[in-house]
Amino acid sequence: MTCREVIEFLMDYTSGELPHEVRAEFERHLELCPPCVAYLHTYEQTRELARHACISQDKAVDADVPEELVRAILAARAAERR
Amino acid sequence: MHELPARDSHAGDADAARSLEQREERALLERLRAGEPEAFGTLVRRHGAQMLAVARRLLSHEDDAREVVQDAFLSAFRAVASFEGGSRLGTWLHRITVNAALMKLRQRRRRHEEPIDAYLPGFLADGHQARPAEDWRRSAQEILSSREDRQYVLDCIERMPESYREVLKLRDIEELSTQETAELLSIEPNTVKVRLHRARQALRALLDARFRGNR
Repeated sequence: MTCREVIEFLMDYTSGELPHEVRAEFERHLELCPPCVAYLHTYEQTRELARHACISQDKAVDADVPEELVRAILAARAAERR
Repeated sequence: MHELPARDSHAGDADAARSLEQREERALLERLRAGEPEAFGTLVRRHGAQMLAVARRLLSHEDDAREVVQDAFLSAFRAVASFEGGSRLGTWLHRITVNAALMKLRQRRRRHEEPIDAYLPGFLADGHQARPAEDWRRSAQEILSSREDRQYVLDCIERMPESYREVLKLRDIEELSTQETAELLSIEPNTVKVRLHRARQALRALLDARFRGNR
């Protein structure tokens, strides 16, 4: 298996979807290839960074919905019913 | 007689809280279906902040996010009679918000999207990585502890081509399944998988420019 194939199969590997025999070959490649191990680490770090950077963005803003938005939504509902 | 382990009593508390929440949710649904005006305000105040957070994660402009939350609530109000309660109210509203945000994105979509190929890894003729990957200098937790670096990650996500960014956000941030994402975007599940893998690779390449190097 080449580095190109390892990187192509990376998502299936991390989600546990690789067939058993391909997984064994994949792991044999990783034992011998530090750059592919580094690629795998940084690929997983990327997922973690994306998720947590977006979620921490939520904490930085209000925990409550802005009152003017509540009023706008209820007014739009009332207007729809007229 | 043996004393129950503390873990079980916590599990019991959690079950009781969940059951109370479910009863409250059912009661709210009945009031909404009966058209009680105060019930609509309660729904907006109870779920609005969470829906606004979802809309903000999917859209970069605050005005668009607020508009989407308003559209999502109006759709929910219209559909509440047909909501069967098979899923939790929060899950149902999350899905409606994602849908409204995607409609807004489609209205704004630029005609020409930048190809993603430039961000994908290159390979030599023998299949080796053209630029061998290296571990990053800091762990994800260390990076996330810096406000500046968190903003850098968010900026990199915004730099990705839209059809890839969209899939990355739905799968990795909103945690929708491949099937749900495919249905929302009207594409094949396999296309979702291909785009997600490319999106992660592209984002990795953008982040690599800043975080690369041995510890």
